[in-house]
Amino acid sequence: MVGLAVVSHSETAAEGIAEVASEMAGDTRIEPVGGDGQGGFGTVADDIEAAIERADDGDGVVVLVDLGSAVMNAEVATEVSDVETAIADAPVLEGAVNAAVAATSASATVESVREQAEAARGVEKL
Amino acid sequence: MSDEGAAVVAAVAAVADRIEAERSHLTDLDSAIGDADHGGNMARGWAAAAEAVAEMQDPEPEAVVKTAGKTLLSEVGGASGPLYGGSLAFASPTLADGVTAETAVDFAETYLEKVQDRGDARVGDKTMVDALVPAVHTFKKSVEVDDLTPVEALAKAVAAAERGVDFTVPLRASKGRASYLGWRSVGHQDPGATSTLYIMEELLAVATEHLDAPEQLPEDAESPTVPDGEVTED
Repeated sequence: MVGLAVVSHSETAAEGIAEVASEMAGDTRIEPVGGDGQGGFGTVADDIEAAIERADDGDGVVVLVDLGSAVMNAEVATEVSDVETAIADAPVLEGAVNAAVAATSASATVESVREQAEAARGVEKL
Repeated sequence: MSDEGAAVVAAVAAVADRIEAERSHLTDLDSAIGDADHGGNMARGWAAAAEAVAEMQDPEPEAVVKTAGKTLLSEVGGASGPLYGGSLAFASPTLADGVTAETAVDFAETYLEKVQDRGDARVGDKTMVDALVPAVHTFKKSVEVDDLTPVEALAKAVAAAERGVDFTVPLRASKGRASYLGWRSVGHQDPGATSTLYIMEELLAVATEHLDAPEQLPEDAESPTVPDGEVTED
C-alpha cells in the first residue's frame, strides 16, 4: 500500500496533520516529520528521507509538504531515496487527507495518490 | 594529500571560521526579514563540514567538496541545507580532475544552476542568486574572455558578488521567507547573498595563498578589465 510522509516546519503540526489524515484512513502508513532536529522549526533532508523509508512497504510514498524549505528538503530526500516517491503540489492538510483516503484503494499507485492529493488544490471552503 | 586537496580542505576551514565570526551579523540580517536562524544554522553546518573534511584520509577536491556539501545538507537544515550543501555536493563531480581555471568555471556554473533550479529564484528576487549570478558570469568571462589568472578572475567575481549584495538592499523579496513581508522587506540586505559573499571572499583568500599568483591585480593601463567598482556588465 502506498504510504505518506507529512513534512512540516513544525514537528507538532506534522504529527497533528498525520493524525487528522489517519482518522480518514486507518490502514495507511502516515509518517510525520518536521523540525530542525535541534528542537526548533525547520526541515532536514535526512529526516525526511528516513520518514520516507518508514512509510514505505514496497509500493512507494507520496510526500506532502508545507512551505519553502520543506519543499526543497523533500526534493533532496526524494532524489537520494531508493523508494519510489512523488511530492504532491498540494495544501499539506487537505492533500494529506485526500491522499490517505486514495491510498486505501486496492489499485492505488504513487501517481494516483499524488493526483488525489493535488485535487485538494481547488477545494473551496465557503 | 594533494596540494589541491589541502587547499580545498583549507577553504572549508576558512569559510567555517568566517561564518562563525559573522554569525551574529547574519542573524541580525535574517531577523529583519526572515526567521533569524541563518547565522546559527550556517555556523553549525560549516563547523561540522570543516570537522568532517579534516578527518578525511587522502582528500581529493571532488571528495572534499562532496563531503562538505553532504554535511551541510544534514546539519544546516532549512532552505540553506539544500541550497548550499545540496548544490556543493551536486557540483562536486566537476572537480573530478582537480581544480583548474576551467574546472572552477564549470563548478561555479553547475553550482549556480542547481541553486537556481532548487530555489526557483532569479536575479532580482532578493536572494543569494543576486550575488551568485554576477559573480559566476564575471568569473567565467574573466577566465575565458579576459584571460585573467584564476586568482585575478576570482577577485573580479568577489567584487561582482559584493555589488550583487548591495543590489539586494532596495529590492522587494519575492522568494523565501522574506517574500511574506512584501514591501517591508525593502531596505534590508539579503542574508543569503551576504553569506554567499563571505564564502567567496574566503575562497579568494585561500586561492591567493595557495596559488602562485601576482600579489596585486595589474594596475597598468594595458589591463583588459575595468577597475573594480565600475564594472556593470554581466
